[in-house]
Amino acid sequence: MPTFEYAPAPESRSVVDLASSYGLFIDGEFRDSDGGSVFKSISPATEEVLAEVTEASAADVDRAVAAARRAYERTWSRLSGTDRGKYLFRIARILQERSREFAVLESLDNGKPIRESRDVDVPMAAAWFFYHAGWADKLEFASLGENPRPHGVVGQVIPWNFPLLMLAWKIAPALATGNTVVLKPAETTPLTALLFAEVCQQAELPPGVVNIVTGAGATGQAIVEHGGVDKVAFTGSTAVGKQIARSIAGTRTKATLELGGKAANIVFDDAPVDQAVEGIVNGIFFNQGHVCCAGSRLLVQESVAEEVEERLKRRLATLRVGDPLDKNTDVGAINSRAQLDRITELVEVGEAEGATRWSPECELPANGFWFRPTVFTGVSQTHRIAQEEIFGPVLSVLTFRTPQEAVAKANNTPYGLSAGIWTDKGSRILWMADQLRAGVVWANTFNKFDPTSPFGGYKESGYGREGGRHGLGAYVRTGADG
Amino acid sequence: MSSQTVTAEATERARDILGVTRLTNQALSGWLHGLPGVDEVGADARAATLGTRSIKTTAKAWAIDTAISMIDLTTLEGADTAGKVRSLCTKARTPDPAHLDTPRVAAVCVYNDMVAVAREAVAGTGVNVAAVSTAFPSGRASIAVKLADTRDAVEAGADEIDMVIDRGAFLSGRYLHVFEEIAQVRQACRRDGDAPDAHLKVILETGELVTYDNVRRASWLAMLAGADFIKTSTGKVSPAATLPVTMIMLEAVRDWRALTGEMVGVKPAGGIRSSKDAIRHLVVVNEVAGEEWLTPQWFRFGASSLLNDLLLQRHKLATGAYSGPDYVTID
Repeated sequence: MPTFEYAPAPESRSVVDLASSYGLFIDGEFRDSDGGSVFKSISPATEEVLAEVTEASAADVDRAVAAARRAYERTWSRLSGTDRGKYLFRIARILQERSREFAVLESLDNGKPIRESRDVDVPMAAAWFFYHAGWADKLEFASLGENPRPHGVVGQVIPWNFPLLMLAWKIAPALATGNTVVLKPAETTPLTALLFAEVCQQAELPPGVVNIVTGAGATGQAIVEHGGVDKVAFTGSTAVGKQIARSIAGTRTKATLELGGKAANIVFDDAPVDQAVEGIVNGIFFNQGHVCCAGSRLLVQESVAEEVEERLKRRLATLRVGDPLDKNTDVGAINSRAQLDRITELVEVGEAEGATRWSPECELPANGFWFRPTVFTGVSQTHRIAQEEIFGPVLSVLTFRTPQEAVAKANNTPYGLSAGIWTDKGSRILWMADQLRAGVVWANTFNKFDPTSPFGGYKESGYGREGGRHGLGAYVRTGADG
Repeated sequence: MSSQTVTAEATERARDILGVTRLTNQALSGWLHGLPGVDEVGADARAATLGTRSIKTTAKAWAIDTAISMIDLTTLEGADTAGKVRSLCTKARTPDPAHLDTPRVAAVCVYNDMVAVAREAVAGTGVNVAAVSTAFPSGRASIAVKLADTRDAVEAGADEIDMVIDRGAFLSGRYLHVFEEIAQVRQACRRDGDAPDAHLKVILETGELVTYDNVRRASWLAMLAGADFIKTSTGKVSPAATLPVTMIMLEAVRDWRALTGEMVGVKPAGGIRSSKDAIRHLVVVNEVAGEEWLTPQWFRFGASSLLNDLLLQRHKLATGAYSGPDYVTID
């Protein structure tokens, strides 16, 4: 038994008041489906059913888009920027006030540690609304182009890895710029979006400005392909992103797509090694590796590879895997059985391809979906685990000899969402950042987000930016745009 | 053994570790500057994350008692008297007269001239006497004075010597000078015959070193010169002990053991006043250096008011209610 055994420190569930079933949030009210079915949202940590949720039909999507159109034409597009900003500030403040509720529900539904939902997801979601609230009455001064004005109705489809935060990334800029929204949360994590619908009611947001329809792929497709939707914003897999791009090709629907990644986290021999190890851990084990910009490929300079691997393994032995609601948990549950299967499959491929697999000793709970933090050493670019997005707590370690080789390997991927550089040499950071084809390049840090900073990808990681002025640009028409 | 021989031993060991034939300032500079840098933002973030660990119920009870047993209960005032020191010693022996299962503290820490008083007051209790020597707190005196100061405390019966490094020499890059001073003070801690040597704690005064790179280098330099403990601060300079600084020193002792197989202790001192803060430090000890360091032999808190806060929290855990400042003694 360890000398210093941390006693269980679970966050209380009592703060969350879940209904047994949820309808669709259309035109300011929760409504029954028109011909849709129901599905269950479970806790991935225990497989306990949390609530029944509606799978919206095409008719439901029709109603939601019609409500959004009405709200756009009758109220939202007629409000001044100042007034739109007031609503956004109100939402931001309510998110802060109800932060514990949101954090607990997010950890229950998603499986992520409460430490992360409490310290990252929820505060950042509020920050996103605060930031965009400030822009609402200043769009003309944001250098977006002449006469910036909303597209109209925006269809948004978001993933399960950061359910509330991705909702904030999507809804805040859309509303700030005067658009109305039909949003679909992921089928495995719909609950915080439904709680957010309550926030919209509490903030007295005009009905129809935000509509939340739950469902799976078919519902998402119905939104994306709906003739009444002027713009689509999607975050999710590259495969679905490509489908969306195909389905809207030739229409006047605009799109921003934030897709997969296979980021290189590059550690040079002069890196601040203890912080680099933290950065590697944060890069791939934050949120169980369910992060599109995760640093899933560690590129470490060969001269320090052994030392870094040793330090990394020692550090990973201290990771606490388990109950997402325990305040001391570092790594929570895998979000779904399907994702666990995908991770398991790719890890088996990695072993079959000859890479060396290592995991720290840790006990996993009996129920639910779990995967040990895993490190593969001896990986080369040719291995599938170095090419394909695993979207789980699995790190592939590769080595390089020179900065040029590091750049070549980092860029040798169909993706280009993010990258990390660890070195004490400022000039090298700047040179590397110039060479790396990635939307975000972090220097001596990783997985840091801020509403003022644009985020988005190169190549198969998608197009368009979210956050900052650039993110606003995706939600407005300018000049002579129709 | 002459002081020459002992410092020669330290020098030989250092040459061995550095892999050089002559221990020069240049060799030391190259070695210390070749240590991996510390990224301040990243180090602060890591310490802050560890600071969010939630230590409850049985874990908290264990941590509180462990923290009490690690305290160097300190009085370092110009106004110190024999009476003050004696009452501090009483408190050190029996921190909580109403709850005799409360552990005693590790040591009392006093100025040199109070060592004899403290020695007598804690005799036979297992509480050690630590003395601050070497022209504490500034360290601005000749080496002859510093060595005399140290011998004086050792002869008066100090179990532990808390010395300060020459921060001026360190900041001007005269690492060899710092090394030699520590090695010589270490020699002055020796006792003849079977009597145990005084343990040497080396105070880096991290508030004056300012950067984390300096903290790491000073830690390694002190360990190389033979420190039994590395200690953050005198308590006379602000900032004193901070969580990230303690963390960086714990990384240093961890890596030193990996290199040499030897364990060195760590003592944050100054500024740790609440139980919460002390428990945060224990979490960092546990997760950064490892559980072997979780004993008074390898980790100490230099503190005075911390003890009473730990006692209040101990009452709270036992009874479920907060008592109040009048339910703990103020010696």
